[in-house]
Amino acid sequence: MTLIEFDRVTYVHQTTGGTALKDINLKVEKGETVAVVGENGAGKTTLVRHINGLLKPSQGSVRVDGVDTRETTTATLSRKAGIAFQNPDHQLFSDSVENEVRFAMKNFGFSDATVAERCDWALGYFGLEEYRKTSPLILSGGEKKRLTLACILAWDPSIVILDEPTVGQDANQKEKLSQIIKMLKDGGKTVILVSHDIEFLWPMQPRLVVMSGGRVAADGPMGEVMGNKELIEGARVTQPQLLRLYLALKAKPRTAFLEVQDAGRWLSGGAP
Amino acid sequence: MSTLASVRGLSFRYPDSQRWALRDVDLEVQQGEVVLLAGPSGCGKSTLLRCINGLIPHMYPGELQGTVTVDGQEVAATPMSHLAQTVGLLFQNPENQIFMFSVERDVAFGLQNLGVPRKEMRARVDDTLRMLGITDLALRAPHELSDGQKQRVALAGVIAMRPKLVILDEPTSLLDPRTALDVVDLIHSLNRTHGITFVVVEHRLELLIPIADRLVVLAGGRKVMDGEPMEILSDGRAAEFGVSVPPISRLYDSLGREGMKLPRVPRSPEELAEEVER
Repeated sequence: MTLIEFDRVTYVHQTTGGTALKDINLKVEKGETVAVVGENGAGKTTLVRHINGLLKPSQGSVRVDGVDTRETTTATLSRKAGIAFQNPDHQLFSDSVENEVRFAMKNFGFSDATVAERCDWALGYFGLEEYRKTSPLILSGGEKKRLTLACILAWDPSIVILDEPTVGQDANQKEKLSQIIKMLKDGGKTVILVSHDIEFLWPMQPRLVVMSGGRVAADGPMGEVMGNKELIEGARVTQPQLLRLYLALKAKPRTAFLEVQDAGRWLSGGAP
Repeated sequence: MSTLASVRGLSFRYPDSQRWALRDVDLEVQQGEVVLLAGPSGCGKSTLLRCINGLIPHMYPGELQGTVTVDGQEVAATPMSHLAQTVGLLFQNPENQIFMFSVERDVAFGLQNLGVPRKEMRARVDDTLRMLGITDLALRAPHELSDGQKQRVALAGVIAMRPKLVILDEPTSLLDPRTALDVVDLIHSLNRTHGITFVVVEHRLELLIPIADRLVVLAGGRKVMDGEPMEILSDGRAAEFGVSVPPISRLYDSLGREGMKLPRVPRSPEELAEEVER
């Protein structure tokens, strides 16, 4: 079932007059995990902000769950599609971490009991319990990023959009983030990731949308798209280390290594 | 080589905190080195950077033990305005650092505050723009620039002060992979050509490793590893300390554990492929 549909979308910035998106056609099925990569300024963030109606197309249309985003409100769309922004300072404003997590749920009209229960879950899950009464503004960069994620998952949207989720996150938190994405996927959520962190994306093998100059330059399974070195370098993206290793080997298995363990098994044992 | 920055027995605790953010840290940075600082969130990296550039103790209160000296000046006893001419700091997000109407005014801002004479200021701004390859951007408005260009402009503002030591706090984390590599090349050239010493905090280690002389790992406020970057990354303990170890280094370590010891530590995937197939 198609959940998100961009039909010939062009977006022109009102203030600068620059065209940020050019004739975008894109369909995302329910339950898909899609990563959007490409150069700084390629239009990645502009693209995902069309999904919850923060931006509306200048030409063409965006439909989410069958509804044209111009015919509804951002508040209604946000119930379905939650975005964790690249810069958490753009979305944190409450006087305490706890109230930050409660804010959207209250606006969506959740019962007090549900708000309390889901708030407890989210703070516990993201290791923010000790900051419950703290101002979000004094958290570290990594903690703020986790808080934005906690806020969104608390209201359980069917589309989860993460804009540069790994920035400022250490190895343990990245590992946890991978698990969260897997959990969302297993729970049937549609996940859209905007990221420069190719090494983080590679083991997940999402569908990869490469953007360049406001257009979709490529769209397909990550393993396939990444193999086209010329194309991805044109979008200022680099190949992941395990793929480079695979391509450099003379004797190799039929498919590329996704995890370090796969490469280790092949190289030490030569087993297929 | 001579020592540029020296940290001795450094411990620091923020006010109202039970926990020491740094515990008895010793670190020497040699003139001309590129030193990478890694470790999990909350390990004390940012606190250490603040102790080196003087934000601690001049701006942040707390309990400080031990000493930090940079270029012969004891940081705690030197005013920030003096330290600013020796140590520069570049933030992760250039937008926190650039704010003037034109690139050249932005680059001149720190010099103006120091009261550098107009003629010398002009010459230093022009030199700096040339060093960073942004002469053609001099009259542009910073907010119109691309993210990679903004990061160059912010770095130019730091370099114009002619610091001996530049501290970079996640300089590439907001940049696409190619643009990030361009910034890494720029750091490399400033280091090689102009002898500027760098201390860099970065989570995407695979980008910086090729130009780093040393990797220092902090965990729980202590310095736990310090040495040649590839050696450290290929030592399984780095991952246990919470460092984001690039896939190639993890693979080298796991091959070694399986009894497949390669003659040298590979610096790239292609080098690893060559070594195993030799």
